[in-house]
Amino acid sequence: MAESELLTRSACREIFARVQDAARAAGAPEVEAMIGAGANALTRFANNAIHQNVAERRLFLSVRTQMDRRTARATTNRFDDASIRAVVEEAAALTRAQQPDPDLPPLAEPADIDEVDRFCPSTAAATPQDRAEAVAEAIDIVRQEGQTAAGIYATNQSVEAILNSRGVFAYYFDTLAQFSITAMARDSSGWAKASAPECDALDIPGLARRAARKARLSAGPRELAPGRWTVILEPSAVQDLLGQMFWDFSATAIRDQRSFLTSRLGTKLFGAGIQIADDAYHPMQSGPPFDGEGVPRRRLALVENGIAREVAYSRKEALRANTAPTGHGFPLPNEIGEAPMNIVVEGGSEPLETIIGSTKRGILVTRLWYIREVDPYEKIMTGMTRDGTFLIEDGRPVCGIRNFRFNQSLIELLNNVEALSPAERASGEEAFDMVGPAMKARDFNFTEVTRF
Amino acid sequence: MNRIAEEALDAAARRGVSYADVRVVESRTRQISTKNGQPGTLASSESTGAGIRVLLNGCWGFAATDDFTGEGLARAAALACDIAAAGAAAKIKDVRLAPEDKHTATWTSPCAVDPFSISVEQQLALLLRIDEELRRTAGVTLAETSMSFARERQVFASTSGSRIDQTRTTSGAGYTAFSYKENELQKRSYPNSFGGQHQLKGYELIDELKLLENAPRIAEEAVALHTAAQCPEGRFDLILDSSQLGLQIHESIGHPIELDRVLGSEANYAGMSFLTLDKLNHLKYGSEIVNVVADARLEHGPGLGTFAFDDEGVPAQRIDVIRGGLFTGYLTSRETAFEVGLGRSGGAMRADGWARIPLIRMTNVSLLPGENALEEVFGGDGIYMETNRSWSIDDKRYNFQFGCEIGWEIRGGKRVRMLKNPSYSGITTEFWNSCAAIANSDHWVLWGTPNCGKGQPEQVMGTGHGASPARFRNVKIGGAYGG
Repeated sequence: MAESELLTRSACREIFARVQDAARAAGAPEVEAMIGAGANALTRFANNAIHQNVAERRLFLSVRTQMDRRTARATTNRFDDASIRAVVEEAAALTRAQQPDPDLPPLAEPADIDEVDRFCPSTAAATPQDRAEAVAEAIDIVRQEGQTAAGIYATNQSVEAILNSRGVFAYYFDTLAQFSITAMARDSSGWAKASAPECDALDIPGLARRAARKARLSAGPRELAPGRWTVILEPSAVQDLLGQMFWDFSATAIRDQRSFLTSRLGTKLFGAGIQIADDAYHPMQSGPPFDGEGVPRRRLALVENGIAREVAYSRKEALRANTAPTGHGFPLPNEIGEAPMNIVVEGGSEPLETIIGSTKRGILVTRLWYIREVDPYEKIMTGMTRDGTFLIEDGRPVCGIRNFRFNQSLIELLNNVEALSPAERASGEEAFDMVGPAMKARDFNFTEVTRF
Repeated sequence: MNRIAEEALDAAARRGVSYADVRVVESRTRQISTKNGQPGTLASSESTGAGIRVLLNGCWGFAATDDFTGEGLARAAALACDIAAAGAAAKIKDVRLAPEDKHTATWTSPCAVDPFSISVEQQLALLLRIDEELRRTAGVTLAETSMSFARERQVFASTSGSRIDQTRTTSGAGYTAFSYKENELQKRSYPNSFGGQHQLKGYELIDELKLLENAPRIAEEAVALHTAAQCPEGRFDLILDSSQLGLQIHESIGHPIELDRVLGSEANYAGMSFLTLDKLNHLKYGSEIVNVVADARLEHGPGLGTFAFDDEGVPAQRIDVIRGGLFTGYLTSRETAFEVGLGRSGGAMRADGWARIPLIRMTNVSLLPGENALEEVFGGDGIYMETNRSWSIDDKRYNFQFGCEIGWEIRGGKRVRMLKNPSYSGITTEFWNSCAAIANSDHWVLWGTPNCGKGQPEQVMGTGHGASPARFRNVKIGGAYGG
């Protein structure tokens, strides 16, 4: 089996053996450990020059003990015997001080976990020089347009392992490369971003050209009146906006009556064309195929034909509901329970260009920013457009416009969808990366306009 | 920790850097929470590591490690230098720093009662009593309570000769009552939303907050919001409580005065700022009664932005940001201070732990108290809003919109009825120029914002914001629910 040099399987077993020894000595034989490692590097540029350039390497050990339906956690980044003893004793002491939780299940039992391969050696081996050269090329493309570039190029590798005293050993390692760029002209800007396990899969010059083109085409932005507009949201905007609602696809959130799905599960909430799944095994997805207790993730049909169907269940919530856990629980103890993290929004067949081409009048949005929840039950979100917002007339972008504020119910939005592009891996800044399409919707509620 | 700092600094210095600093950080946290009478999070953490920042060939390099062997520190120093050397591929000019004296100091923040000396049982018992009190009110469907404590010791050493050993202890606590009824979810939080109040204090803060005493009122308000009138839409006088005003300061003054944003360093993520350099000492930011400072000194109060030295070894200072309504100062670093011709950094560089590079962050950005009695602030008609529920502002910090948990219609200086779903919006300078009254120092509170995000990779920082209730004229209200 493949493994990461940062933290091998045998290293995990060796650390966990010392954790178990310390736990037995502390009178806490029921013990779980999360062991992680990361080697992350990021080259940041602004004003056409690299200005922040960082790297970190770290290991952590997080120990959870459980006794008499009580549980608590202690975490350290020291791995000598004394530190491991201390962190186990701290977890055990906190556990004894904890109140019992009648719904707390025993530690998880071992289960088969399908492996996913999301490790790319060239991403792991990327050097500061590799990143700097790619950044220099991107800057050059933007500079040739008479613009200024800012952005990041990150190459990360990480390992996560969960082991417990009942035999669970879940192990995952991956790499993730991210590149994002903002091109700035005198009174306009453009943005593009992509992420993938393979750094070679990022078309960095292409992203730079895309950002520069958006900045050029949105120069001299017009101010339009806010109101109800037909909108075309590019995939990053769809991801950042829809990404706000999946915390509610949680059995715990519904039981707590803080989910917009309270009293609505099984009802038709959205348009019939809306299909949304959670699928950790999707080839364009990222992240481990197991949850915070080492339970394998199961594919969930969150929305089928507009009907809110399935939600995530942690082990604790599954026990309460007499159902099976779905593998979406967060590390215990916690209050929020679980949430789907590998969202796949089914796309349509029309490319974005075709959707734009068939739009008589509307607004094209590259990116959204500072999205926050205004109303939790109607799922009204506010936020701003940013870095490339265009007026479309007669099937083509005719000019850039000053950025809008929106106050939009996601329930209403997903009832007003008129077209979806094919799904792609979308990467924004306000929600987890997602597989999703560009989206055209009518009557999007822009409420104010800003000064640029 | 001193040995680690010296060894790492030596390793960097041997590589011919023009400047280097090392921060060795040891942190400890404890988090406790409850939900509906059941235990929630109970967790502690400890982390120790070193961040090495070098200036080589005019470029910055930074590497962080938790390997404290001589070899591990040398490897991290070498990586920092390799990273700096790679920066030459996209360099326009050499980084230069505003001068700073050499400092040697040891400083510990005031902490009357060590929160880690109080038993978890005692802390949990208080939270469970509050939780029970909240749920005593019929209609409360979810009660959540929490406490958090952190202690961080940092040893800073630089090739300029500074050696600074600082220890800061912070505490925080708060709770929220939710009420779900007939497809509507309302909530009330105390003493503030998003985890309550947080300050640079020990466990004495928890006793000062009167958490249990306020629980019945908060629970009753959460339930009463269902039968309250919808906040009207239109233009009204707006009165803000000090906690919401603290967040208003954070978003519409604190972030735009960060000089790295102004100069473009954050353009790709956090954004830029409308406060371009030409506006310094020229822009009428607010009305004449608006006076804002960025003050990291202990004299300002025990804020999350209080320290003795920032994370590049510059002493805590008070910067006049707005004086009599005029914009007069930025938050700066040594690099940005040099860039704009200031003689010295204002001391606002802060890093989120050992693995992150220092960035310009808010210290305590506070609206100084006014001269009005509270009755004068509330005098006449208007809408009063308390406790933040949502917040959003554009990436240059012009257009903002805030939602609050609860509003009140004010007639003739009196609260006449409760309003639900209150929100307001505006343009930053128009809003601050409409400030008509600010309550005096009797009502001034130094609030803590523990979750300010900035930078790539993202860093989370605690910032302080002092404010007393204030009145603003002719503000656009209710737009979040309009249309």
